[in-house]
Amino acid sequence: MKIEEQFNNRNVSDNGYFMVDIADYPTTPWGKFKRVVKRTFRGELFVGLWVVMREMIRFDIHTVQYPEEKMPIGPRYRAVHKMKRLWESDTERCIGCGLCEKICISNCIRMETKIDENSRKEVSEYSINLGRCIFCGYCAEVCPELAITHGGEYENASEQREHFVLYEDMLTPLDKMKAGTQKEFEGFGAITPHEDERVKKTPLAY
Amino acid sequence: METAYLIETIIKIVVILLVFSALAGLGTYFERKILAFMQRRLGPMYVGPFGLLQVAADGVKLFTKEDIIPTNVVGRIFKLAPVITAATAFMASAAIPFLPSFELFGYKVNPIVSDINIGILYILGVMGVGLYGPLLGGMASANKFSLISAARGAAVFISYEVVTGLSILAPIMMVGSLSLIDFNNYQAENGWIIWSQPVAFILFWIAAFAETGRTPFHLIANDHEIIDGFGTEYSGMRWGLFFIGEYANMFFISFVIPLIFLGGFGDGSVMGALALLGKMAFFFFFFLWTRAAWPDVRPDQLMWLCWKVLMPIAVINIVITGLVMM
Repeated sequence: MKIEEQFNNRNVSDNGYFMVDIADYPTTPWGKFKRVVKRTFRGELFVGLWVVMREMIRFDIHTVQYPEEKMPIGPRYRAVHKMKRLWESDTERCIGCGLCEKICISNCIRMETKIDENSRKEVSEYSINLGRCIFCGYCAEVCPELAITHGGEYENASEQREHFVLYEDMLTPLDKMKAGTQKEFEGFGAITPHEDERVKKTPLAY
Repeated sequence: METAYLIETIIKIVVILLVFSALAGLGTYFERKILAFMQRRLGPMYVGPFGLLQVAADGVKLFTKEDIIPTNVVGRIFKLAPVITAATAFMASAAIPFLPSFELFGYKVNPIVSDINIGILYILGVMGVGLYGPLLGGMASANKFSLISAARGAAVFISYEVVTGLSILAPIMMVGSLSLIDFNNYQAENGWIIWSQPVAFILFWIAAFAETGRTPFHLIANDHEIIDGFGTEYSGMRWGLFFIGEYANMFFISFVIPLIFLGGFGDGSVMGALALLGKMAFFFFFFLWTRAAWPDVRPDQLMWLCWKVLMPIAVINIVITGLVMM
């Protein structure tokens, strides 16, 4: 029988809960002795022995030998940030608006921008202090261009607490981009599936 | 005393010391592996093939670790206690016939250091003395967990030792000797003692768990209650001596149980010797098996069990055996 989970029904009596049938604790020595005899000859101990022996014979090992084997992590996992490129032109998505720097609640993002020769805003310096970052995902959520997202890199051993990651490190490499293997982040700030059908494209005629 | 006998005895002692020190190390490997498999883990895997060299790595670690004598301990006793545990464990092995006698280069070898006529009494006595290791180590440690462990050790000791002695009395009455060789020969003629003394066998087996401090009665060095009990303040090879003593004890008890109850090495053929090793392996495996499967009892439950349940059963068993033998 599968019990439907009812998250808002706090009424214990009709929620699939039931009292466990536990016999009263014996108070008299004779009662205790009877319980010992019952437990001794009912074979509970051998049930335990059989269970562990069965598991040993079955040899269904669940160990993940970590550095060699790794568990797959979810696409929404929030680890070290990634900077994405545009699919159309392979240029950087980041427009230097500075929203991520503003919203960052642990003040770990620092960026400097300038106007380049084409009068476009360009990011000249961008760093995230991973020692301060709490991986809350606000930067990815606030980014209007889906430029800064989270990635799956969770092995950040470092020699010091101030472990910085720079713009170039986070940016999708060009060769990867050319191979078309850049993956969109599915977590915070990402567009929902079937967004294409629901959202009108920006009119480029303006 | 002739020289050949002296040399032979010394060689036997050295062989037993080396083999069982190594086996104690391997015992920890088997314990880790078997417990791991029973809990769906892999156990040691990195040092050597299948983690086999983990034993060596642990040995190197124990030998090279600093030997710390804490400030408030009773120094001399603190230093002596681990030696008692290890030494008595190996001393007890002197009266155990590990294999039937065999010919080596035309020389007859009895794989027993000394076939004394009070074999079982000696083994149980020396193993009983082994309790002084945890007791003195715990009391000298200036650590409350060690002290609790020492107190538990004393309480557990007086409980199970009664059961050990009384349970083994009935087989001794039947055989009429205390030598394990005589036990073996008796069983080779009259069949295994377990068939005539099943109750004594069960009682002795239960008491063996208390004797070696294995899981249902893992009270003296109970990791999850009193850290490592008497071993809390020890480091390096002193702690290692406790360890070797404990595992050597397990091996020796695993030899003694089949020798007394399960026919030992039988008629002394190669098959008999292999059978003894097989039985020993089973009892050693059972020590590990129960550790994976069973919970620990409380010290008062163990005392209750020993004094109020097992000891009366043992006495009744002796009385019935006596009546039948009359």
